[in-house]
Amino acid sequence: MNAAVQFDTLPERAETQRGLVAVAMSGGVDSSAVAALLQQQGRAVVGLTMQLWNQRRLPELQGDGPAQHRCCSLDDVYDAKAVAQHLNFPHYVVNFEEQFEARVVRPFVDQYLAGRTPIACTNCNTDVKFEPLLRMARQIGAECLATGHYARIRENHATGRWELLRARDDSKDQSYFLWGLSQEQLSRSDFPLGELTKEEVRALARRANLPVAEKPESMELCFVPTGNYVQFIQAYSQERAIPVQNGEGEIVNETGDVVGRHDGVHNFTIGQRKGLGFAAGKPLYVLSIDPEKNRVVVGEDDVLRKTLCDIEGVNWISCEMPSAPLRALAKIRHKHEPAPATIEQLDAATARVTFDAPQRAITPGQAVVFYDGDAVLGGGWIR
Amino acid sequence: MNRVYLDFNATTPVEPEVLDAMLPYFSGEFANAASIHTPGQRARAAVETAREQVAALIGARPQEIVFTSGGTESDNHAIFGIVNPLVSGPFPSLDKNDDFPPHRHVLSQHKHVITTAIEHEAVLNTCQALEKDGVAVTYLSVARDGRVDPGAVRRAIQTGRSAPNSISSNIPPATTLITIMHANNELGTIQPLEEIGRIAKEADVYFHADAVQSGGKIPIDVNTLQVDLLSISGHKLYAPKGIGALYVRGGTRLRQLLYGGHHQRGFRPGTENVAGIVGLGKAAELARKSLAEDARRLSALRDQLQQGLLRRVPQSRVNGGEAPRTPNTTNLVFPGVEGEALLIALDLKGLACSTGAACSSGAVEPSHVLTAIGLPPEEARASLRFSLGRHTAPADIDFALNVVPAAVAQLRELSPTFRKEAAAKT
Repeated sequence: MNAAVQFDTLPERAETQRGLVAVAMSGGVDSSAVAALLQQQGRAVVGLTMQLWNQRRLPELQGDGPAQHRCCSLDDVYDAKAVAQHLNFPHYVVNFEEQFEARVVRPFVDQYLAGRTPIACTNCNTDVKFEPLLRMARQIGAECLATGHYARIRENHATGRWELLRARDDSKDQSYFLWGLSQEQLSRSDFPLGELTKEEVRALARRANLPVAEKPESMELCFVPTGNYVQFIQAYSQERAIPVQNGEGEIVNETGDVVGRHDGVHNFTIGQRKGLGFAAGKPLYVLSIDPEKNRVVVGEDDVLRKTLCDIEGVNWISCEMPSAPLRALAKIRHKHEPAPATIEQLDAATARVTFDAPQRAITPGQAVVFYDGDAVLGGGWIR
Repeated sequence: MNRVYLDFNATTPVEPEVLDAMLPYFSGEFANAASIHTPGQRARAAVETAREQVAALIGARPQEIVFTSGGTESDNHAIFGIVNPLVSGPFPSLDKNDDFPPHRHVLSQHKHVITTAIEHEAVLNTCQALEKDGVAVTYLSVARDGRVDPGAVRRAIQTGRSAPNSISSNIPPATTLITIMHANNELGTIQPLEEIGRIAKEADVYFHADAVQSGGKIPIDVNTLQVDLLSISGHKLYAPKGIGALYVRGGTRLRQLLYGGHHQRGFRPGTENVAGIVGLGKAAELARKSLAEDARRLSALRDQLQQGLLRRVPQSRVNGGEAPRTPNTTNLVFPGVEGEALLIALDLKGLACSTGAACSSGAVEPSHVLTAIGLPPEEARASLRFSLGRHTAPADIDFALNVVPAAVAQLRELSPTFRKEAAAKT
């Protein structure tokens, strides 16, 4: 202890308020239903809504469209408040704009400009929701943070590990976005919707008379108000004076022959077909993106299929880092059908994934997540 | 749950005596104070009594008081009314037989305003609006104690005269208005308005003071301060929300902000809020009577809270404590703590206090005041304001001294940076 810190009267250690649970409330139906469900179970609930993005920024993106689809739109905040008022529990709006920009928005833009296809939601989960927000929840006296994610958490007493499992409702499963959570984060999190279907959640919201029971689902990235992320990247890069390998460049085939022109590499993602035309009657797809040479490489579908990829930032959840190659089902994007693969740890943070059969469009910036049945074994970012 | 409110700088409750004075004017005495008939004349009399009461609180003449909807309108009216960027006057005067000083009759792009970096948004954002229309604005910095240097005000004044040998046809701007708050809402710091008033008088520049946080807390005399305009808010001094006043020194050329009927001599049209005005008058009278006693009692309680927290919370410090302050306010930094989390933790335990200013969604934004007195962002975010009120009791202070140190300890326990720093020091 620092000798200069002298306790006159030692402050008594505040006891954790027994049973208090913080609910991360977006103002949508899922997280609102979580609050209602926990309250029905007799838990004391406090609602926290994150202010993540200043809507006054990048005004050129706002257009004349309705405001309700903007990130952190006041409507969503009011919806969350209305639910809290309806259920009569305390609710607070908390400002995480700085963290969200530093850990989600900026990396998202940087990755796109580097020719990769990032997943902002995973960064937001790992580095914002289950990091500073979870810490704040604990600091204000909550035992854990509950969210509206469709996934399940289970403590395995045999292994002593916290396991992450797919949601019961496979069509809503969000476990692919949660592979980055540490044991510490999982031990303090709660996903009450993991056992429910979307229909059951809506029915629950209706039974509880929640003011958001009929609210439509949002599918867009929350901070890209128009859904047009290319436009967002341009506007944000300009505002932050991020140098953009801008404008036109060459589209080449595998042998390096120029087959066309493009209007900026960040407009492309691997496997994309749109706007590329045909070669010898066969459709062309983006095979790779080279931001340094400002080139997009295209080819036919069969070239797009690969068996091997290296991943970084590897995180193991249901088991410790395996010392021998491990067989698992691996998913390379959210809507990918898991495929059998062997995962071989190369060093503390990287691994090699070898699929039994070639997989289409393994895309840098996305993640490989490995499953054993319902359990998420772990995952990592595709290099 | 036991709830203790230590956020009286945000707002105050309506005093029972104030409410009693107001009640007849909602239904029984409902007449329009602008009506000619007897009921109207009774409402008019109530309004004029209130005008006298408000004037008495600040040493003004009743005819120099304009009732408004609150502090924000008063500030807007004072600033836009003097420095209208699009119009060069002449404006109506409260004093009809007053000559219009010709040198104030300047064009928009040649106007200049002096203010400080720690004003309330009602002044800051109004000044920023002027800037968009071409008016030059100087935002004076403040010392670590939150005080502005009167010498800096003097040096910032621009005369509008070109340098003797200048061949440029551009006319340099002339300072039209100095607007500086009397007491700061976050720190309680009292600005040296007497000296600044003297400087403004010598330079013949209009001087506006936002006295929203000082009205009813410390003595105000508009002649001692030599202000031309002064803003007051009702709900900060135990009157209701939605009523305020603007003092306008006789002879001040002030352009009206709202257009409508001839209420309040055309200065502020709109049917008078009789009940609110009566409430503000009564509250001003009560404040005038109890001001000295309140100040004595509250500063003792405030000091007790401040000393107790400094003693019980390791590494805590007072922000802006070196300067004279309003007797009810203290602002402390608790390093290693997220003020937002501390505020919520305390609220869940029943203690209401404040950090920074809230934005439209209710989330906390970093305080421009704490940044302006030189606090690094992490300390600005680790700061909390406690503001006491007329009915704060010693038991309330004991409650705060009980819950705050425990909450800070719990937050620090869960703060990775604080624990890292503490470990590094061992």
